[in-house]
Amino acid sequence: MSEAVLSEALPQATAPRDAMAVAQKIVPWALLGLAIVAPWLLSTYDLNLLARFMAMAILALGLVLIWGHGGILSLGHGVFFGLGGYALAMHMKLVDLPQGEIPDFMLWSGREALPWWWEPFASPWFAVAALLIVPALLAGLFCWAVFHRRVGGTYFALISQALALAFATLLISRQDVTGGFNGLTQFSSLFGFGLTRPSVVFGLYWITLALLCLAFLGLKLLLGSRFGVLLRATRDGENRMRFLGYSPTPIKVAAFTLSALLAALAGALFTLHAGVISPAMVGVVPSIEMVIWVAVGGRYSLAGAIVGALLINIARDRVSSAFPELWLYLMGLLFIVVVTLMPRGLAGATTALIEKVRGR
Amino acid sequence: MKMDDSTRDLLLAVDGVTIDYGGFKALDGFSMTLQKGETRVVIGPNGAGKSTLCDTIIGRVRPSAGRVVFRGEDISQLPEQAIVGRGICRKFQAPGILSGLTVEDNVALAARRDRRWWRNLGFGIPAAERETVDRILEMVGLADCRHREAGPLAHGQKQWLEIGMVIATGAELILLDEPTAGMGPAETRRTAELIHSLGDSRTVLVIDHDMSFVEQLNATVTVMHQGKFLAQGDVASIRQNAEVAAVYLGHAA
Repeated sequence: MSEAVLSEALPQATAPRDAMAVAQKIVPWALLGLAIVAPWLLSTYDLNLLARFMAMAILALGLVLIWGHGGILSLGHGVFFGLGGYALAMHMKLVDLPQGEIPDFMLWSGREALPWWWEPFASPWFAVAALLIVPALLAGLFCWAVFHRRVGGTYFALISQALALAFATLLISRQDVTGGFNGLTQFSSLFGFGLTRPSVVFGLYWITLALLCLAFLGLKLLLGSRFGVLLRATRDGENRMRFLGYSPTPIKVAAFTLSALLAALAGALFTLHAGVISPAMVGVVPSIEMVIWVAVGGRYSLAGAIVGALLINIARDRVSSAFPELWLYLMGLLFIVVVTLMPRGLAGATTALIEKVRGR
Repeated sequence: MKMDDSTRDLLLAVDGVTIDYGGFKALDGFSMTLQKGETRVVIGPNGAGKSTLCDTIIGRVRPSAGRVVFRGEDISQLPEQAIVGRGICRKFQAPGILSGLTVEDNVALAARRDRRWWRNLGFGIPAAERETVDRILEMVGLADCRHREAGPLAHGQKQWLEIGMVIATGAELILLDEPTAGMGPAETRRTAELIHSLGDSRTVLVIDHDMSFVEQLNATVTVMHQGKFLAQGDVASIRQNAEVAAVYLGHAA
């Protein structure tokens, strides 16, 4: 504020503008540097939380792709997050078992043998492949089926929400093969690495950070490419695109599938860090929360989505441990305030502020 | 259709087309032909079926009777993208520009030769299309604001941008649905000049209400009324046609 006043009084002064330009360059690198050394700065508990939230930020990046730039509002990304998480969790349940035994929750539910579709998950490579391929395939088929019938907008959002509801309900109802309401938990190792060893904890954190950076850079390139132009064009005028000779459906399906892939990756990483995946993390409410992270951060901005996902999850952790019943109300209020007052989210507000300072 | 001379240069034949919206016939056995390189104006009172004619040609609605023959091929049942691929492109009534893109990207999208998404993962405008984009931007007078976002453009500029996009597709047949809607006299004149500048390189079908614009275009006029063909001729003869005056000019005057 004082900078703005100063520059108004002295139009020739370039100090605030320079400071802003320098800050714009330095802040992202400083944050990345902090993130890299975070394992030595944070307690194990806080590091674990940060790693979880970074995993969620990967999902948020995918929502910027489809919602901000593709105009596709998905209220069902918890499904793809969940499929990624469950695929990895299934492997981690199996890898701990002595030969010939089945997971404890199956025994309690009266099962005697492993379902056939659980068996290949004994291989970690199969699990990693499945956690990416299955959600991507489901997402591709699902959105193709909807988009090629030229259903979009609010209708798509509602259908995707129904998908999330159906998925969570299915998980709960088939307790004997999914672990039901409790989900899958108590994992000890992956690829032979003990998950509680400090070096592994640090390593997994850095892997998550690296994947987040990779997803950020990859999407930055994609959105800057001609594909990004096609996607935004489809968002702004699907009919115009059709009558220019483009086929909008494959463009939207490609973007949606990629975002589901990121959601699945996020789900797997989250499960690894949290040590649990359950229907409470994949249903309707979590799917809507994911959209709120991105709305708050700014749905057109990749950096905004990361900030939104981290901030809201940190706030959630603080608030819900103190006042658990208050969180949902607060979240709803936040969503309404952001949507009505800051449609471009924190990223939009920041950009406006920078332009204001520079413009003076 | 009967004379050899005319069939050789025939580009489009709308042949007895009926579009039936649950009992209401937006087009009722309507026929017309277009020669290669011709500019044609279609006029008619509101509800005469002018926009429906455009919708039919580009495959947005399907005729219940009759055919649309483009370069000897019946296109009336082809998918929309295939019709665009044959070389027909339309400017919509409300400007159908892509508002979140820059002016240049709007034209570049239209000028793109390969429109499959997986061939569009590169960056910038391909060199081969650069020249077309530059030429079109000059032509519609938007070269100076090529890097501006298209959404905040003035209404007239949006209309020109979309006309430019339609031309940039390289389509042989261009349909312009009310290109001067919402324009002042100066802008209307520029639009007429723009269409004139195409010469006979493209076949242009223009739909408009504005008689001064129709006069500036100085092209053959086809008059529609209640989904049917009413009259055809140059502007002067249409002016003098009593039947036309009764259904159309009479209302307008």
